[in-house]
Amino acid sequence: MKPDYKFFQSDQLQLLLDTLQRTGFTCIGPQVRDGAIIFDRITSIEQLPRGIRDEQAPGSYLLKPDAAAKYFDWANGPQAIKPLLFSPREKLWLSQRSADGEISFETAEPELKPLAIIGARACDVAAMKIQDQHFLQQQYVDPYYQARRKNLLIVAVNCSHPADSCFCHSTGDGPFVDDSIDSGADIVLTELQHGFLISAGTDQGENILLNLSLLDSTKEQLAESESIAANAAKQKRQLPAIDISSQLMKELDNDAWHNIASRCLSCGNCTAVCPTCFCHSENDVAELDGKTSSHYREWDSCFSQGHSYIHGITIRSETSQRYRQWLTHKFSSWHDQYGRSGCVGCGRCITWCPVGIDVTESITQLVERRRA
Amino acid sequence: MPKPIHNPYLPDEAIILERIQEAPNLFTLRLKFSDEKVQHSYEFEPGQFNMLYLYGVGEIAISIVSDPEDSHIIDHTIRVVGRVTKGMTNLKPGDRIGIRGPYGRGWPMLESKQKDVVIVTGGLGCAPVVSVINYIEQRRDEYGRLNILQGVKHTADFIWKTRYDKWRELADTKVLLAADVGEAIWPWHIGPVTTLFDQLEFNSDNVIVMMCGPEGMMRVVCDHMLDHSVPASQIYLSMERNMQCAVGHCGHCQYGSQFICKDGPVFSYDKVHTLFANKGF
Repeated sequence: MKPDYKFFQSDQLQLLLDTLQRTGFTCIGPQVRDGAIIFDRITSIEQLPRGIRDEQAPGSYLLKPDAAAKYFDWANGPQAIKPLLFSPREKLWLSQRSADGEISFETAEPELKPLAIIGARACDVAAMKIQDQHFLQQQYVDPYYQARRKNLLIVAVNCSHPADSCFCHSTGDGPFVDDSIDSGADIVLTELQHGFLISAGTDQGENILLNLSLLDSTKEQLAESESIAANAAKQKRQLPAIDISSQLMKELDNDAWHNIASRCLSCGNCTAVCPTCFCHSENDVAELDGKTSSHYREWDSCFSQGHSYIHGITIRSETSQRYRQWLTHKFSSWHDQYGRSGCVGCGRCITWCPVGIDVTESITQLVERRRA
Repeated sequence: MPKPIHNPYLPDEAIILERIQEAPNLFTLRLKFSDEKVQHSYEFEPGQFNMLYLYGVGEIAISIVSDPEDSHIIDHTIRVVGRVTKGMTNLKPGDRIGIRGPYGRGWPMLESKQKDVVIVTGGLGCAPVVSVINYIEQRRDEYGRLNILQGVKHTADFIWKTRYDKWRELADTKVLLAADVGEAIWPWHIGPVTTLFDQLEFNSDNVIVMMCGPEGMMRVVCDHMLDHSVPASQIYLSMERNMQCAVGHCGHCQYGSQFICKDGPVFSYDKVHTLFANKGF
């Protein structure tokens, strides 16, 4: 069922931020830093990347001023929700050793601090749902992810100007949040010419909306929103419209893997910016006092040398094997494990690849001969 | 601080009761949780593994070789290969380590009851199936004919001779040993383990095959068994991959549709056959 859309003028946006902060949330929002849109602490809408557009292409990301002066006319930056829930590096526990050799263990679960992220995209929200499945809905619940997830509120903003690298329309994850289902977003905004449509996706979001003075939306405003959605769905890139999951597994010996690998630097940028990649390694850092040792986990990548290491053997010594591992997991095995593809079409792996490898092109190349 | 029951990442302290040097680079640690309550509530099945933590160094996944009904003690046979196992060689009785577990799915001991059992191993020690043999030894009349087929590269790699001698004495049990490269005093077969297949005694309608070792060897065994009308669902193998979390989160052991740590490490062949022995997975 579609939610009830309300409306507020653009100059009321600060009130949303204020309301969230007054209700105890620390706000995280998009802002320009080092030539990219990143997500960090915000207190004022002045910090938002207003009047900024992003030009994205394989291996290229460029911000440019835009005459329209809207707040959310850009597509995305290298990260959004993932680092807030699945920390790039965090302490899991620490162990202490007494003088007589006894060892005790203490968990290091994060302190609970309510966070609100403003400006997440439909692709980011879809990716979060996937990470929820991985960390919370399998045999074991991850207490670190869970603690953060319970304290996160999401204000998603529908995407009006996807970048050239985007293909969320073909994965079915964007450019607008699917608000007819439980999307994962607490509040959804659509930025119009002179204001915002706003709707709640959860009870928590509904409570925030009650604190705002909102107007009923008009037919014209809803039509404007629909036209933005239709335009944003016209994307330059797309995935081949075939059953990629099963076709890809028939191409394990395809020469194209070697072709792609001859360009791939195995740097792991794609997996770092991917909002669904969850691989991490664990390591121990012994303190200098000799009495304590901290056990950490940090993001790892299936493109790293150590990822497939086991008792003296590296299972994936070749770059072609690592690329194949990544792609077949994301687009094929993922279906078996989580009931959908692991790709939400955000296009980050294309933009942030230093040599511009385009995942949509790779897949097309691999399954080409199987297309009708 | 009490351990929160929901945190699957947090180890418990265990104490080393005994250390047995099995071979130059292989030793067994006999362990017990320091906390009686933890020890008491600890249950596992053959084929499952624990994450062992060496203070200040890190964790490794090691299979459990003791009997699940022996609730006083947990045995781990460890081969020295990396940083953690190297550090563990210096442990003595009374020293402490961390243990969390058990993890994964073990061998089909219930499904195997009253069936013939073929156990094939290759390489050093092969601790994961030793637990199976011990288990059957303790409950010999609950299982059919037992075939133990062990292949090693070189005769010098053969360990636990006394155990094999003991198993040979069991009722209805056949122990077959082969070395790729032999020497004068090796009394058994010289050649690949596959050349002993014809001597196995089992009924293909009523058999469970269990194996561990190099994937190339296991692949050959699978093919042979399938050729002899043993269904893929009755052939089990223990897989190994990099494991860091043991709870299906860290991604290192993802193997097609499976995470080896939680969906395995023991799989029936039909669960893994599409990628099995495919280099790079």
